Amino acid sequence: MTATTESAAANRRMWPYLLPVLVFVVIGAFLAYGLTRDPTVLPSALLDRPAPEFELPPIPGRDDHGFSRADLGGEPMLVNVWASWCVPCRAEHPLIMRLAREEGITVNGLNYKDRAEDALAWLAELGDPFTYVGWDFKGRVGIEWGVYGVPETFVVDGDGRIVYKQVGQMTPRVVNEVILPLIEKLKKQ
Amino acid sequence: MTIELGHFALVLAFAVALVQGTVPLLGAARRDPVLTGIAPYAAVAQFLLVSFALAALVQAYVTSDFSVRNVFENSHSSKPLFYKVTGTWGNHEGSLVLWVWILTLFGAGVAVFGRRLPPTFLARVLAMQGLIAVGFLAFMLLTSNAYLRLDPAPADGRGLNPILQDPGLALHPPFLYLGYVGFSTAYSFAMAALLEGRVDPSWARWLRPWVLVAWLFLTVGIALGSWWAYYELGWGGWWFWDPVENSSFMPWLVGTALLHSAIVLEKRNALKSWTILLAILTFALSLLGTFLVRSGVLTSVHAFATDPGRGVFILGLLVVAVGGSLTLFAIRAPAMQGGSLFAPISREGALVLNNLLLSTATATVLLGTLYPLALEALTGAKISVGPPYFNATFVPLMIPLLLALPIGTMLSWKRGDLPGVVSRLKFAVAASALVAAGYLALFDWRGVLAAFGYALAAWLVVGSLLELAGRIALFRIPIGRSWSRFKGLPRSALGMTTAHVGLGIFIIGVTATTSGQIERILVMNAGDTTTLAGYEVIFKGVTERRGPNYIAERGTFEARRDGELVAEIHSERRFYPVEGQTTTEAGIDTTLWRDLYFVIGDKVGDEGARTVRLYFNPLVVWLWGGLVVMAIGGLVSLSDRRLRVGAPVPARMRAAAAGG
Repeated sequence: MTATTESAAANRRMWPYLLPVLVFVVIGAFLAYGLTRDPTVLPSALLDRPAPEFELPPIPGRDDHGFSRADLGGEPMLVNVWASWCVPCRAEHPLIMRLAREEGITVNGLNYKDRAEDALAWLAELGDPFTYVGWDFKGRVGIEWGVYGVPETFVVDGDGRIVYKQVGQMTPRVVNEVILPLIEKLKKQ
Repeated sequence: MTIELGHFALVLAFAVALVQGTVPLLGAARRDPVLTGIAPYAAVAQFLLVSFALAALVQAYVTSDFSVRNVFENSHSSKPLFYKVTGTWGNHEGSLVLWVWILTLFGAGVAVFGRRLPPTFLARVLAMQGLIAVGFLAFMLLTSNAYLRLDPAPADGRGLNPILQDPGLALHPPFLYLGYVGFSTAYSFAMAALLEGRVDPSWARWLRPWVLVAWLFLTVGIALGSWWAYYELGWGGWWFWDPVENSSFMPWLVGTALLHSAIVLEKRNALKSWTILLAILTFALSLLGTFLVRSGVLTSVHAFATDPGRGVFILGLLVVAVGGSLTLFAIRAPAMQGGSLFAPISREGALVLNNLLLSTATATVLLGTLYPLALEALTGAKISVGPPYFNATFVPLMIPLLLALPIGTMLSWKRGDLPGVVSRLKFAVAASALVAAGYLALFDWRGVLAAFGYALAAWLVVGSLLELAGRIALFRIPIGRSWSRFKGLPRSALGMTTAHVGLGIFIIGVTATTSGQIERILVMNAGDTTTLAGYEVIFKGVTERRGPNYIAERGTFEARRDGELVAEIHSERRFYPVEGQTTTEAGIDTTLWRDLYFVIGDKVGDEGARTVRLYFNPLVVWLWGGLVVMAIGGLVSLSDRRLRVGAPVPARMRAAAAGG
């Protein structure tokens, strides 16, 4: 009787000390899950399927009609998901500019969870490579596109199908070795 | 050839680390002085070997030896020498060499300065350092080898990301690593204590200098990173709650908590298992940061290239190091009964409050950083957590911490006299009220939050100085005697006051920048004039300039006040042909009171008009200044002779010891 009470008391004393290792097990499980999921791969549900239906208003103050499903197709193009608060977007922006202005590729923008005045200031400062920009203030359309974080860039073919997704910052290597050859190939089809 | 020798040195270092990680443990268990005695020699040998390996890699960078794959991928012959050297750690593999070098530097440091530690304890500490090195050397040799050759050697390299070619960022990684790799010592001391089954005030005293060193380097490292983000990213912000920033900030928060709880352990023999836990967690969070940056789990501007194989390896290291230590903690810590009791209102109580708030703050940052990952694992939903979350959770936790700080430093141990302390702080209360009222009356009657921020800063600074004044009985005894009391104060007390005043200065900078930043975005033609916060800003136009490895468009501005030239400011857009990238260099004129921060943007039309972004940032330099003052506080505290285990024992004590 006394022995069980004592061991129960000992157990009560023990459990707070077990807490850290239990918390760590949970965190470790999430980290392990994080490794199984390659963020650079598009969820297979969307790859080679037509882009989802969507319709977005323009950024208030930018002179276009917004961006919707109807703007996709006709020619291969890029859809760049960006936000003024996103640091890597700033780093990759010169490359997007180059693709639009020097390579003559149509680039549409999805402005993700951004304040209109910040987004406009950003475009004014760094240059505006976009034909159409949709203002996804609440991030709803981003979810339909399976946006994991900004920046992300999609390659959409002439039939409006998503054929490639770049997660994270675009680099010169990705542009030269993946994006440009892919666009060339799509143009020939 | 040198590079092969460097590679070989690393393999040797791995072998030495294996010996260092096992033999001394055996020696400590068997009380065998020969086996424990190996540890210091192994630690120093390991340090020399890794130093040689690092030097070999730096040499390959300096001489632009592109037959080395790592040099080819990350350097270019046209890069200035300084960036050739610092480019060594501008990539995953090279930065790991630096990481391990710093690990062995601390190991050798403990071996050299810790000769007075009990032999079994020293052996166990060094064995832990050895085991950590085994893990990371294996990681380097198996998955991330910087010492591989290319055949044939390419003519020139691919270059270093231009955004990294910057003095602030070149020095940021070494400081950061000195900080969070330095926390490995806290981990090793904690593990050794758990293995010995003994934690007492002298343990806390041995631990303290190492934690202080790591903490002050981490403080400087974070300050450098934030300063870099401020001037290089070109939008006037200084902290973005980016996952990678968070992963350096979490060890800092817990390390700060550890510094404070170790005081309680040292002075009052209480909070034993809690201090041990903090020591483990500080390094665990450093390792978690390493994992997040290098595994590609989270995408960020700082992240190195994604490679799941590496991620699995580091996760394995994390599981062994953190899981193992926390399990040992769960087994051994319950036996470590806390020492003396104390009333809730006491110095101990205040330090417990400090620890609770700091660790809760760490938990909120950790939650915000990992939440997107956890949510996706559980529900498949994809979200991102931004600054609003952190501002809403982190800031409210810091306010009670800062409010309680001056009170806590004045409470006495065991049982404090709260009304007495409050009456001693009446000047600080008055100063804060005056500052708040003055701000509202003179600057901005609606700026209640800003007024609160300044009042908080005044409370910290005046409160800390009052505590110091109390110690030396300023104005209560003749000034000469106060001065001699001041000179006799322990350095750790001065260090504390300095660090707390630094925190106050930091708060001033944060408040001013957050509430007082003025931003103007407009299109300017050469010769146009505009106004910004009482300055006339004249845009003189854009010229071209050639740098060593870039071509720059250079915009020139003049800032005038009442017609008089205050500063000529240049902002550049640099194009790096090798890397094919453009960077923006903000033009910044800094004084103690404000920064004028100008950025030129893209061309508008064909006439040479430019979008420009003009910022007026009041007191922004106080922000980093405050952090530097905090680090200086750490340095002052470090010079306290009680902390130097090897410091000569006062003659009186030696005589007593000899007599006894």
